[in-house]
Amino acid sequence: METLEPILKEHLFFKTLDSKYIKLITGCAQNARFKEGEFIFKEGQSADKFYLIREGKIALQIPCPARGAITIQTVSNNEVLGFSWLFPPYKWSFDAKVVEDVRVLEIDGKCLRKKCEGDHDLGYELQKRFAQMILERLQATRLQLLDLYETP
Amino acid sequence: MKTLDKKVILSSCQNPMTPIPFIIKNIYKDTHNIFTLETSLANHSNLSFLPGQFNMLYVFGAGEIPISISGNPQEKQSFTHTTRIVGAVTKALSKLKKGDMIGIRGPFGTYWPLNDAYGKDLVIVAGGIGLAPVRPIIYHILSERKKYGKISLLYGTRTPEDILYKDELKEWSPRINVFTTVDIADSKWKGDVGIVTKLISKVSFRPGNTVSMICGPEIMMRFTIQDLLNREMNEKNIFISMERNMKCAIGFCGHCQFGPEFICKNGPVMCYEKIKNIFGIREI
Repeated sequence: METLEPILKEHLFFKTLDSKYIKLITGCAQNARFKEGEFIFKEGQSADKFYLIREGKIALQIPCPARGAITIQTVSNNEVLGFSWLFPPYKWSFDAKVVEDVRVLEIDGKCLRKKCEGDHDLGYELQKRFAQMILERLQATRLQLLDLYETP
Repeated sequence: MKTLDKKVILSSCQNPMTPIPFIIKNIYKDTHNIFTLETSLANHSNLSFLPGQFNMLYVFGAGEIPISISGNPQEKQSFTHTTRIVGAVTKALSKLKKGDMIGIRGPFGTYWPLNDAYGKDLVIVAGGIGLAPVRPIIYHILSERKKYGKISLLYGTRTPEDILYKDELKEWSPRINVFTTVDIADSKWKGDVGIVTKLISKVSFRPGNTVSMICGPEIMMRFTIQDLLNREMNEKNIFISMERNMKCAIGFCGHCQFGPEFICKNGPVMCYEKIKNIFGIREI
């Protein structure tokens, strides 16, 4: 039977991960599709999953009174959506709205957290990957805050 | 082989310090604070420039400023400059009307190495009004498209309303890969949101056979260079357009000194490999 293992292995986020861990993560993964305009999650909801984007575009938004939804960032092919599943209190901080139809691998965060508790090497590998991603997004956000293109 | 014409006009009577009178042919409002002027000589003489070069624009009674040429290098009857209103001279420039006259000196400075990039992939990165000095690159490339490999234009700006040359970006996209991102957007915007460097991961290029040309705020250029180097690009194939306070434009006055270089004469287009030791030093 065909599994999601090859797809998981091909995704940029897990490309160099040991195949024994790919197998473990595959046990928590399933395919999912979301249509343009759909919300994958909303601010304040339980963060029990994360998503490896295979195709499409998602906007991370925050609703703001009198201004509507403000998009903070977009994520697309080969990127990861969601890291709140890894840190207490496991709640989403933003809305994730589909901008272009998406295909994702949906990973069950609760299932994976249990596996990480049972195998700290797997936990460490995941923490390293997510820490790198969070660092990159923090740096990008800092540059965005500089408002570099505003009139000097 | 068609190559870029390296002959450039200097100035009337061969004195590069004397502005030549030009007539404003057309004015385009690009965004709320950016506009484009198309100017030509009264006698319709031919003009030429190389992509990346700049002119000194003199608004009578207001002053003189350096502005990169943003038009088509094959258009021989006019110079085109895209300007943002930031100070007294640009404000005065923005108030001029069709038929008014300004003084122009130049073109001056170095140019993008487009002939050296034949056969190679090109990654062009522009931030904000930095798209204006790279537009001549695109015009040139499109006129000789088959001579280049994959071409990607990565453009980042503040908001969707600040996007320059919107129609042209659409026109160019079938022939080159155009990626646009903005820093701030509401839910109506369907494009990317995030810094321009994020777009680098979206494009495929051959790092050993790619030339990159970057123009935008210096901080943006620093981070872009870092990301390109992380993608194993060679420093000698990265070119940036520098900006300093150009006054004489011919390397005499020293206002635009950048370490041992003068941006007006040895720039604005510079190879990163040659300036990497001084690029990013705060005091320079």
